[in-house]
Amino acid sequence: MTPDASIDEQGQALPASLIGPGHTFGTITEKISSIVLSRRTPTWWFLTFGVAFLFMNLMLLTIVNLVFRGIGLWGPNVPVGWGFDIINFVWWIGIGHAGTLISAILLLLKQTWRQSINRFAEAMTLFAVACAGLYPLLHTGRPWLDYWLFPYPNTMAMWPNFRSPLIWDVFAISTYATVSLLFWYVGLIPDLATLRDRSTNPVGRVVYGLLSMGWRGSARHWHRYEMASLLLAALSTPLVVSVHSIVSLDFAVSVIPGWHATVFPPYFVAGAVFAGFAMVLTLAIPLRRLYGLQDFITDRHLDNMARVMLATGLVVGYGYMVEAFMAWYSGSLFEAYMMLNRFAGPYAASYWALILCNVLAIQALWFKRVRQSPALLMVVAMFVNVGMWLERYVIIVVSLSRDFLPSSWGLYAGTKWDWGMYLGTLGFFLTLFLLFIRYLPMISIFEMRTMLPESKVETEEAHA
Amino acid sequence: MSEPTPSPSIDLAAIRRRLEGAHGPALWRSLDELAQAPEFAEFLEHEFPRQAAAIHTAVDRRDFLKLMSASLGLAGLSACTKQPEELIVPYVRQPEGLVLGLATSYATAMPLGGYGVGLLAESHEYRPTKVEGNPDHPSSLGGTDASIQGSVLGLYDPDRSKTILSAGQIRPWSAFLDAVTAMRTGQAAKGGAGLRILTGTVTSPTLAAQLGELLRQMPQARWCQWEADGRDTVRAGARLAFGGDTPPQAVYDFDKATVGLILDADVGQEGPGRLRYARDIARARRVERGDRKLRLYAIESFPSPTGSVAEHRLPVRSSDVEALARAIAAAAGLRVRPIDAPVVKQHQAFVKAVGADLRRAGSSAVVVAGHGQPAAVHALAHALNEALGAVGTTVRLSEPVEAGPTDELASLRELVAEMRGGKVDCLVMLGVNPVLTAPVDLEFGKALEQVPLRLHLGLYNDETATLCHWHVPETHYLESWSDVRGHDGVVTILQPLIAPLYDGRTAHEVVAAVAGTSGRSSYELVRDHWKTVRATADDATWAQWLQDGIVPDTAAAPVDVRVRGDWDTTPLPAALPPDQLELIFRQDPYLHDGRFANNGWLQELPKPLTKITWANPVFLAPATAERLGVQNKQVVELAVDGRSVRGPVWIVPGQARGSVVVHFGQGRRHGGELARGHGFDAFALRTMAGLHVAAGATVTPTGDITAVACTQDHQSMEGRPLVRRGTLGQWRAHPDFAQHETHVPTADESMFPPWEYSGHTWGMAIDLTACTGCMACVAACVAENNIAVVGKEQILRGREMHWLRVDRYFGGSLDAPEIFAQPVPCMQCENAPCEVVCPVNATVHSSEGLNDMVYNRCVGTRYCSNNCPYKVRRFNYFLFQDWQTETFKMARNPDVTVRSRGVMEKCTYCVQRIEEVRARAKREQRPIKDGEIVTACQQACPSEAIVFGDLNDPQSRVAALRKDPRSYNLLAELNTRPRTTYLAAVTNPNPDLAKEA
Repeated sequence: MTPDASIDEQGQALPASLIGPGHTFGTITEKISSIVLSRRTPTWWFLTFGVAFLFMNLMLLTIVNLVFRGIGLWGPNVPVGWGFDIINFVWWIGIGHAGTLISAILLLLKQTWRQSINRFAEAMTLFAVACAGLYPLLHTGRPWLDYWLFPYPNTMAMWPNFRSPLIWDVFAISTYATVSLLFWYVGLIPDLATLRDRSTNPVGRVVYGLLSMGWRGSARHWHRYEMASLLLAALSTPLVVSVHSIVSLDFAVSVIPGWHATVFPPYFVAGAVFAGFAMVLTLAIPLRRLYGLQDFITDRHLDNMARVMLATGLVVGYGYMVEAFMAWYSGSLFEAYMMLNRFAGPYAASYWALILCNVLAIQALWFKRVRQSPALLMVVAMFVNVGMWLERYVIIVVSLSRDFLPSSWGLYAGTKWDWGMYLGTLGFFLTLFLLFIRYLPMISIFEMRTMLPESKVETEEAHA
Repeated sequence: MSEPTPSPSIDLAAIRRRLEGAHGPALWRSLDELAQAPEFAEFLEHEFPRQAAAIHTAVDRRDFLKLMSASLGLAGLSACTKQPEELIVPYVRQPEGLVLGLATSYATAMPLGGYGVGLLAESHEYRPTKVEGNPDHPSSLGGTDASIQGSVLGLYDPDRSKTILSAGQIRPWSAFLDAVTAMRTGQAAKGGAGLRILTGTVTSPTLAAQLGELLRQMPQARWCQWEADGRDTVRAGARLAFGGDTPPQAVYDFDKATVGLILDADVGQEGPGRLRYARDIARARRVERGDRKLRLYAIESFPSPTGSVAEHRLPVRSSDVEALARAIAAAAGLRVRPIDAPVVKQHQAFVKAVGADLRRAGSSAVVVAGHGQPAAVHALAHALNEALGAVGTTVRLSEPVEAGPTDELASLRELVAEMRGGKVDCLVMLGVNPVLTAPVDLEFGKALEQVPLRLHLGLYNDETATLCHWHVPETHYLESWSDVRGHDGVVTILQPLIAPLYDGRTAHEVVAAVAGTSGRSSYELVRDHWKTVRATADDATWAQWLQDGIVPDTAAAPVDVRVRGDWDTTPLPAALPPDQLELIFRQDPYLHDGRFANNGWLQELPKPLTKITWANPVFLAPATAERLGVQNKQVVELAVDGRSVRGPVWIVPGQARGSVVVHFGQGRRHGGELARGHGFDAFALRTMAGLHVAAGATVTPTGDITAVACTQDHQSMEGRPLVRRGTLGQWRAHPDFAQHETHVPTADESMFPPWEYSGHTWGMAIDLTACTGCMACVAACVAENNIAVVGKEQILRGREMHWLRVDRYFGGSLDAPEIFAQPVPCMQCENAPCEVVCPVNATVHSSEGLNDMVYNRCVGTRYCSNNCPYKVRRFNYFLFQDWQTETFKMARNPDVTVRSRGVMEKCTYCVQRIEEVRARAKREQRPIKDGEIVTACQQACPSEAIVFGDLNDPQSRVAALRKDPRSYNLLAELNTRPRTTYLAAVTNPNPDLAKEA
């Protein structure tokens, strides 16, 4: 994929483009850990955190209202039984995928360039899953009974309906959340120990000490660590594909034109990776600037991520083409109408905006100049963030609003509470993310150290 | 409390010793107490300082009793008020005829516009919860309409007037009697010269006799009648045609007709015989009649349910109907003076074809004119029926059913003139609301204020009640003893299903009070009247009448009269210029003249064909809207004769170009919470001259847009074969014409063998030939299944809760479209898409094929609704049910779960009725008979379009209909295998006109 991939696989020293010049073990450790251990918190952090925290409280307000007054505060109706709730659920879940892909698949593929971005990408995954998980839990009519979706022994002697994709969702998402959390946490342990050792703050020493679970960096520890990481990576790898495939089955299993499509699983997975990388870029570009991390998250990284985005974006574009083709090729009246409705129905604007964002805007990524310009990349990533939200809007709302019987057709619009929840989860996500970058190393210190030529030599020698 | 100090060690041995020495049941609180520790004593003192002395001293018996009684007294204080002593007694012996949990039916009738429809009211533990048509009653034959279904909720309406009011003060009945007696003494002296009684149209024999008696006592008094949507034109037309003071009335036998011409009449929806006519028309339109199948021609200004199923429907302005009717009559061979109007030239072919067809049909033809048409059109219809020889076959002429047929408008006008002239000392208004409903140019309210004593009897504290000195709450018909006549004169005795919920009185009691014979109950008044009329009727006969719901031999006597030769001599109306707008006043299809405006069920029921709820827009034809440059929902100012109202536009395909149609009954100022604030008051435009049609209306667009809650926005079927309709010719050539519209997957396309249904397997068939889209089924479903009212805001959000809906589609041209109606309940699919996707198994298939919804189990993911191709599932987005209002609790059907917030619900095929019949059959140790289980929609349907039964029973009607070649499945290509199937509509168009098209 990258021109340097062959070099990586041969275990050669990495080109300087993946890490700034003049770094040693000490400078890397110092640079990354100082962000966490510094007593001074930057002003921008407080400002952003304040805004994010405010929006998180909007989320809490929405949730309280929703539980006490009813799901009708949101916009769904009959025929459009799902709206912002499931759009946002799929959007957040999709975003999470980049983290898992980076940490698992790229690890197995020995794409060492991932090492500077995997930590915060994984954190992003976790927080995105946390946001995503709120929606299906709260969008039910009686959220206090959500536990009925789990197969637990009960006096009613009732099992959930294993034929329902929503049950598959329960398993897929909960597995995904658990494995992602474990992977992230296991990856953090060596760095937590570094922080424990370097912290001058007694509270920090205790907390990091507890969290690092007695890591001493012995060879035995490293051996077990490597094994655990590999195993977790192997566990996560199928999840990259399975989670969003199963989310896509929520739609593909149904009979609704616009949902009932066999292309959905691969198309959703590609879309998820696409959206995820866009979000990683959205977070990485400001971060590297604010914390002066250009040495670690280099233009090469941005370039690589842009390439992944372009590739997955093209798959997504292919998905759109297949949808349109199948609508015609199926010969089904309803499928054909569904596509025409997307093109020219009451929601046509959202479809064309989606094409603009997800198909046209990313064509800029063919140009190296765009791929290596953080500002332009940020713009493209924003297009993709919006585009992937619109994609779910088109799939869910536009398909449901006009299905089989024209008598039942109806329009949908998100209410202020829908927006409250969406903005609220954005605030929740940012709150968690800001806490993460303040209190945990956002770049893996020990993995960055392995990228220095010194470590490579030692590896070589060890092998020899 | 401060930190607990460790208590000194307790001498357990000492305690044991002391306890051994004590006698009786020694009670102790703690070891500390037993140890008589000083700490404990101190603690007690701190805790209860005032009682410390009592605690320390030994308690003697006397003090103990004092303390105990004080404690008990104090405990009683916490209850605040002393509850009155009320004895409750369980049923030691169950009352005869009552089995708790089993509903009983009582025959009664619902009076509306003076005429009654015989009903069977279902009573659960003495609470009426549902009404059905009485199959023995000629005006119903078992069918009901939406207003009748909604009337049950009216009984429990919390906004009903509850007390006798005088000048805003609650007064007892005796005070009212005193006031009436004082008035009566004054009036008796002058022969009642200042006494006027205003009622609606009256057919009640008892009330008529009472009024007659009163008028005999006070010959100078007068009795006036006023119905807002009255039948003055019908009576005037009969008078014009037949002459005489009490001209006959016509009753139609559509089931004997082969060709029908409907002149701007909504025969199945309006008028005393509506339900009977709907049924007869449906029967006459059955495919099995072959060449004798009724062919309908409808000339109408506004699409009506019956008109929508007419083979040939001509939308023309109401003002143009007479010209067309005359031309058709001429073409049918009747000598009439023509009106030279452009509309006749425009529809030459139609006129000729209809005329010829009527002539061909001869005595099996029938011509009906609507009450919005002038007297001349009614006279013409009579003349044409007679000329065709239809009188005696499809038309029966009989004595008038009404007790005092009169020109109601004239009587009201005279009354108002007298009121203005100060000649009226006392006006008694019985069950009417003339302040709202009288023509606006009469200014009834202003005239009323000049009457020194104004008495009002009404269900609501309405516009009229607020202007009266005395308002007496009226009993609902389900609380009343009374009697009423049906469209053909058959009398039904109204028997109450429940004691009056409030301090209500019947019109009989008030009239008796005015006549000075108070003291007798309504029951006695009605019973005594019938004792005098039918001297031979003993108690057993009376009981039989009550049980049957009809009094035998009371049908109006047939009369043998001929149309006068010179009926057609009145001046002909000038044709309305084609570019002029006419304003048509119609009563609201469910709220009537506003009397049901406070009924949530009826407010929320989508209007037939337009599907509007909670409002009365200004209806315009597409061409008219185009010419005026107005859009749906745009607020316009509608003006006629210098008066104006504002309302949103609603464009109705198939409405006549140049007609503006408004429904009156909305926009109330008083009369309940729901009555107020919805729509506009069309009465504000309605004058004596333009009672039904006013010429020269203007529509001025304003810049405002307002929300109109419509439950079906889309009008076209988009080329999908949803409602399938063919002609008689097509049906003859290919009886299964409806079955080859789509690919129907066969059963062997599944990997799994089909489920074997060894017992019952339920199914429903809906005949689209019969269905007119009148919405009675939906109203019945609401009443039967405790369906919540959600309000306009939620309807606008698309959250109406109706389990059954009637889809309406238009086809063909915008101006004269074909109109299709299709009731859509749950299809109870064999391969139900909803069942697989529910994560918690809340919707499952029953062993008898029903798609059951388990409310308790539902968590509300709404996936089932999304995946339902028919979109028949409804979700409780909020707590839509009213759990607070006490009276609504009584209105609910106890056999149906009341759903709460957050659960999905849907049509169950009235599973409670299935189970009820199953239990009965089991008790009687016999199989369930076909037709024994009747769903609510099926029972209400006046057109008998819905058939329910066991598909496993080869003898069942539904099994036979399933095998009918016309039978088809909606969306069969999805392989959902619905249990609800449709029978394609078959029409019988006139070949001459079909060629034209």
